[in-house]
Amino acid sequence: MTVDRPWRIGLRSFALGYLALLLIVPIGLVFFRTFEHGVGAVWESITTPAAVSAFWLTITVTAIAVPLNTVFGVLCALALARGRFRGKAILDAMIDLPFAISPVVVGLALILVYGRGGWLGDLPFQVIFAVPGIVLATVFISVPFVVREVTPVLREVGDDQEQAASTLGASRWQSFWRVTLPSIRWGVAYGVVLSVARCIGEFGAVSVVSGKISGETETLTLLVEKRFQNFDIAGAYAASALLAFIALGTLLAMTRINPRREDA
Amino acid sequence: MTTAALSLRGRPAGRPGVLALGVSTLWLSVIVLLPLAAVVVRSTDGGWDTFWSAISSRQAVAALRFTIGVSLVATLVNVVTGTLIAWVLVRDHFRGKSLVNALIDLPFALPTIVAGLTLLALYGPTSPLGIDVAYTQFAVLLALLFVTLPFVIRSVQPVLMELDREMEEAALSLGASNGTVFRRVILPNLVPAMLGGAALAFARAVGEFGSIVLISGNIPFDTQVASMFIFKQIESDNPIGAAAISVVLLMLSLLILFGIRALGRWGARHDR
Amino acid sequence: MIAVRDVRKSFGEFVALDDVSLEIPDGSLTSLLGPSGSGKSTLLRIIAGLEQPDTGTVVIHGDDATRVPPQRRGIGFVFQHYAAFKHMTVRDNVAFGMKIRKQPKDRITARVDELLEVVGLSGYQKRYPNQLSGGQRQRMALARALAVEPRVLLLDEPFGALDAKVRAELREWLRRLHDEVHVTTVLVTHDQEEAMAISDHIAVMDHGRIEQVGAPRELYDRPANRFVMGFLGPVSQVGEQLVRPHDIEISLAPGEGARQAEVTRVVHLGFEVRVELLLEASDGEARGDEPAGRGRGSVSAQITRHEAEQLELVEGGVVWVRTTGRTAVPA
Repeated sequence: MTVDRPWRIGLRSFALGYLALLLIVPIGLVFFRTFEHGVGAVWESITTPAAVSAFWLTITVTAIAVPLNTVFGVLCALALARGRFRGKAILDAMIDLPFAISPVVVGLALILVYGRGGWLGDLPFQVIFAVPGIVLATVFISVPFVVREVTPVLREVGDDQEQAASTLGASRWQSFWRVTLPSIRWGVAYGVVLSVARCIGEFGAVSVVSGKISGETETLTLLVEKRFQNFDIAGAYAASALLAFIALGTLLAMTRINPRREDA
Repeated sequence: MTTAALSLRGRPAGRPGVLALGVSTLWLSVIVLLPLAAVVVRSTDGGWDTFWSAISSRQAVAALRFTIGVSLVATLVNVVTGTLIAWVLVRDHFRGKSLVNALIDLPFALPTIVAGLTLLALYGPTSPLGIDVAYTQFAVLLALLFVTLPFVIRSVQPVLMELDREMEEAALSLGASNGTVFRRVILPNLVPAMLGGAALAFARAVGEFGSIVLISGNIPFDTQVASMFIFKQIESDNPIGAAAISVVLLMLSLLILFGIRALGRWGARHDR
Repeated sequence: MIAVRDVRKSFGEFVALDDVSLEIPDGSLTSLLGPSGSGKSTLLRIIAGLEQPDTGTVVIHGDDATRVPPQRRGIGFVFQHYAAFKHMTVRDNVAFGMKIRKQPKDRITARVDELLEVVGLSGYQKRYPNQLSGGQRQRMALARALAVEPRVLLLDEPFGALDAKVRAELREWLRRLHDEVHVTTVLVTHDQEEAMAISDHIAVMDHGRIEQVGAPRELYDRPANRFVMGFLGPVSQVGEQLVRPHDIEISLAPGEGARQAEVTRVVHLGFEVRVELLLEASDGEARGDEPAGRGRGSVSAQITRHEAEQLELVEGGVVWVRTTGRTAVPA
């Protein structure tokens, strides 16, 4: 049906207005306020030792969590899409658990396992209030992304190509490497981008497990909070702008990958 | 024996071995299930009485009540605005539409703490528009609306795109007005997706933390949400009490989670 | 009567309808027949009001309906893929038009039951479309369209999505329904057999133009041009003429106007026998290409089994060939 013109304009205005007030204007304002006093001040603010350390910690943790979850994601997607086993529905439901849990509870859970007095509290290395804890928290919250993006792709592509490959002499590893992986690469790429964004942006769980020790266990997101609490508003904005910038880069990657996903 | 014969002899290539399943389950168990189990089991470390008093304390109840209430409101708003925005993105055409469409995912990409900060900038004490709702319940609602924006939209969009336009044309040819077509033909087919998106939004809202930290003021019995209350309990070195309330929150989320799945199956019952 | 006058419609660069005019008599079953891209669906949708012509008019029963929206044209439309309201029961689907006209409940129930009886779906009231077969869904769609007593019934390749057998059954059934109900019906199809089997009139279309309009027999026996002839039935070229394969006479002795030919192949297809012939050149005339591209000078003739037995045709044998001249179009 074709909507009458006044309705169309009305709906469009409402939609755009809502998005402007909730999304676009606030973000625009932050960028504006950040760079109000010039790029130089911002640069200084994000190159302080604490900031640099926070940046590298965030990157490092992400660089550990994402590849691990990607491997898991692909394997799990294979099991879900192609495997036949009882309890598939349960596995499927469990994947979604990290989506349903408050980040604070994630942090608490890790403390109850790895903290002092926890089930695995006597490990030879420190987990809570140290980097391993941050890694575990980040891995937890980013578990579902790659699985969720790759499973439908595998289902849709079907295993005809792998069967053809095996008749042509390919071993299972060769088949996986040369046929399966290329067919899912854009699904994997999209899942990776989503995971990276999620890992970099994690706050709640990391807030609980890290101890927020500046220069050691303080991620970029924690840095933003700390600067705000210390009334260093400009500093908080600067760090936020950096994170927002990365977020926009993520969005751009998502928009680029999306059409490739659909065509594949 | 050639590799081909070997491959054909055993499981066909493409069918994953025990390896894929085993590794996945192991990973999931260690990373996700183990910590979750710890929360559930250790919430009763101090016995049932401690558990009960933890979740029935006045502050806990207030926090839970406020959390569920404000999440419900946010979800309802999202159902309406989300469907509307999805409609505009699918059926309307204007310059910059693809940019707007890409921006919908911003709340997914942006760290929650930054989201809170941006809302504070426009709607807090330093607002250039003079609107200051910081440290009010409305501020919490705003934060939730921000972080749950994409759920209903992205849930409804694909359904709207796949909708059989001929159904609408059939309704028109039978004499229905545009409004009737929307109410009786389009909307009923959108409802499952709307509910699915709403459930996701609600599950996200009840657990939200980062975007609320800066803007709510965390005032007990007023703007304190469950996640912040749990956080305070952890800080006060009361992890068992925190665990108790977490269990309540967890049960709520799991209820929603399984609700969504059942919903998905119910919604697809007429499809073919 | 429906009158379409001087309608033009383009989609961007593509001209779907190029100055089309057509009159559809009241109470008739008219087919718009043509290959894909001929504009027949576009024309139907313009009559329905689902598309707007760039220029031209549509008059329905004396009223200019060109700018009237589909809701108010009093039409019934049946889609190729049924367009069933999948979230409603069969009863609610059929009742839809009446419900939105706020007709009384018992009247609706009575008419729905009556219509479902007519289309052979009694007892299916509470089922959902996804529980019906394709043929059943299409019959439901017909009942739905008829429920509001339209002045005109429009069907867009209604049997296109069905199996051959179901298609043949439903097509006959539609004709019988038309004979009972007498609603002016316009049917779009690319299947000439379908059009020929059930229509009172056929409008043959190609590339946005109407090539010929007439009763099936008239179009078959007296096609206006090559295209119509070729679209409605098989064609063989003998000399400078296009004729029907069954209008070619084969005999063992030369006769008036007969040409010599060699039998290259005899194919028995049940009752009919197809004889492939190689015509001898006569008077040094240039051989045109067979419409079917079978090569120079080769012709396909169709005779009955009885005739084939009488002639005792063998491959390589020599025969004489003559056209009966009943249907002939210059090549």
